[in-house]
Amino acid sequence: MESNKHYVVGIFNDEDVLLHAVEHIREKGVKIQEVYSPFPVHGLDDALGYRRSRLPIASFLFGMTGTILALATQMLMLGYDWPMIIGGKNFVSLPPFIPVTFEFTVLLAAFGMVGTFLVVSDLKPYKWPRTFDIRSTDDKHVMAIDLASNKLSKDQISQILKDNGAEEVNEKNF
Amino acid sequence: MQVTSVLREPLVTGGKTVADVSHDISRQVEGKPSRLWWYAFGISLVLLTVGAYACWMLLWHGIGKWGLNKTVDWAWDITNFVWWVGIGHAGTLISAILLLFRQRWRMSINRAAEAMTIFAVICAASFPAFHMGRLWLGFYWALPLPNTFGSLWVNFNSPLLWDVFAISTYFSVSLVFWYMGLIPDFAVIRDRAVRMGATTRAAIYNALSFGWDGAARTWSRYESVALILAGLSTPLVLSVHTIVSMDFATSVIPGWHTTIFPPYFVAGAIFSGFAMVLTLLIVTRKVFKLEDYITIYHIELMNIIIIITGSIVGIAYITELFIAWYGQVPAEWYAFYNRATGPYWWAYWSMMTCNVISPQLFWVKKIRTNIMATFILSIIVNIGMWFERFVIIVTSLHRDYLPSSWTMFHPTIYDVGQYVFTFGIFFTAFFLFAKFFPVINMAEVKSIIKSTSEKK
Repeated sequence: MESNKHYVVGIFNDEDVLLHAVEHIREKGVKIQEVYSPFPVHGLDDALGYRRSRLPIASFLFGMTGTILALATQMLMLGYDWPMIIGGKNFVSLPPFIPVTFEFTVLLAAFGMVGTFLVVSDLKPYKWPRTFDIRSTDDKHVMAIDLASNKLSKDQISQILKDNGAEEVNEKNF
Repeated sequence: MQVTSVLREPLVTGGKTVADVSHDISRQVEGKPSRLWWYAFGISLVLLTVGAYACWMLLWHGIGKWGLNKTVDWAWDITNFVWWVGIGHAGTLISAILLLFRQRWRMSINRAAEAMTIFAVICAASFPAFHMGRLWLGFYWALPLPNTFGSLWVNFNSPLLWDVFAISTYFSVSLVFWYMGLIPDFAVIRDRAVRMGATTRAAIYNALSFGWDGAARTWSRYESVALILAGLSTPLVLSVHTIVSMDFATSVIPGWHTTIFPPYFVAGAIFSGFAMVLTLLIVTRKVFKLEDYITIYHIELMNIIIIITGSIVGIAYITELFIAWYGQVPAEWYAFYNRATGPYWWAYWSMMTCNVISPQLFWVKKIRTNIMATFILSIIVNIGMWFERFVIIVTSLHRDYLPSSWTMFHPTIYDVGQYVFTFGIFFTAFFLFAKFFPVINMAEVKSIIKSTSEKK
């Protein structure tokens, strides 16, 4: 990786301090690259101004694909390709096809959504993440600010971080 | 700064901090297994080996080795199948339905319960798989794949085929749900390994964590994935045992042909699943010293669910009996009369005692907050639930329409052996899980530490 990326890294201990800090720092016009947390902090995505995830829509579309596929398969197999008399019932009757259709819908919705999540979040077994502070999976919330995308100087940003409750302010270059 | 709610009992005791959570859970994975773990694992392997011999004989000679006869043509195999599937209902119920209801006490127990679910479903699936005789062709026959019979397709009108879809979907979706929860926790172990200089462990757990970094953007997506998965799993978990019950309910056998089966089976499944979760967690919390995370309060809440579901099951038994009498269909009434007073009376009354009477003891607070009492009762409940399936299946079959063909069912050692085999799989898998995977969802517990941890 190129070593010309310079970051100021603020370490926070408490999630509520972090939430207020994010709001104040963004109000000051500082662009936050990303915040790394050991657990999901509610409201952090809103504070950072992230859009709501569209994964539910992806899940719905995958689910609908499952519904249509399962219904079509059952109707074609038992109604058209090889109709069989089973207990004198209609070749194609909806109620007995519902359980398989439901299960297949859930299967595709779940797998499709999780697959999409892994792809859009760039999660894969052979990737090592860029670690700003190793404690971010343990008990610290880590705020990374890219100096290149901010007009303020390093010292100004460090001061803003400290004023807003950062326990430590470090530098990290990649 | 820690805040304790004055309204509710704390979910994490001992004044734990966020860092303590990482430490207490991860050290089980990092350290060498204890002597106790080796003993337990050894016994599981013995069960697995003994059972594997029985299964090998079943494959080599065929399932004629089972004690089935022309009248009782479904017995232990399906009893054990339904029993295991039922046990496999607690995990996803805890993680999905309790997530939708925002029950935060689920967070300490969902990981182990979901693992239990997955292993129980594997055990359950082994029975129909062996039943197909040629294990290696079973899945090919059960799925709608093109075949050499001119593509003669599987019968989508059959509840047995619905079961194939229900159970395989339930297994895969539960596995994905469980694994999604594990991803951030694997990253915790990875980063601890990096700090300790254990490079191999770091590499393995990094691969398992898919390179997780805990970015706010990823967490935001992750939360919405978890919510939707919970929403999808909720009807799924209810559908699975509904469909299992339809294996019986859509038939015309007296004693099986009842519309009460789906809700009654689902309640029974949750009942036995929670009992098995309690059996396992009471041992796990002791062996891994997790008493601060899985508290008496957790055990009490699970016992309350056992009272509720146990009572639903009791009402279902009585309703079934009443309707059989009130309906005045001689065959139906005889099936129930025979259950309670016929040659299998002992199975019926074991079921009634274990499932209906024994969980009522949990109304007493002293009993439901006592670990030993809970442990014993949780095992009794699962014995009762095994008898429930045995009673439904065997007593409805053993006296069929021709009195000349009335008979009893006697299991052979191969019936027993295959049951032992599934215990071998279940416990071997559970102990491996408990050693190599974080047994408590660290990320979720960390998120509630501030609001629900006990102040020291």
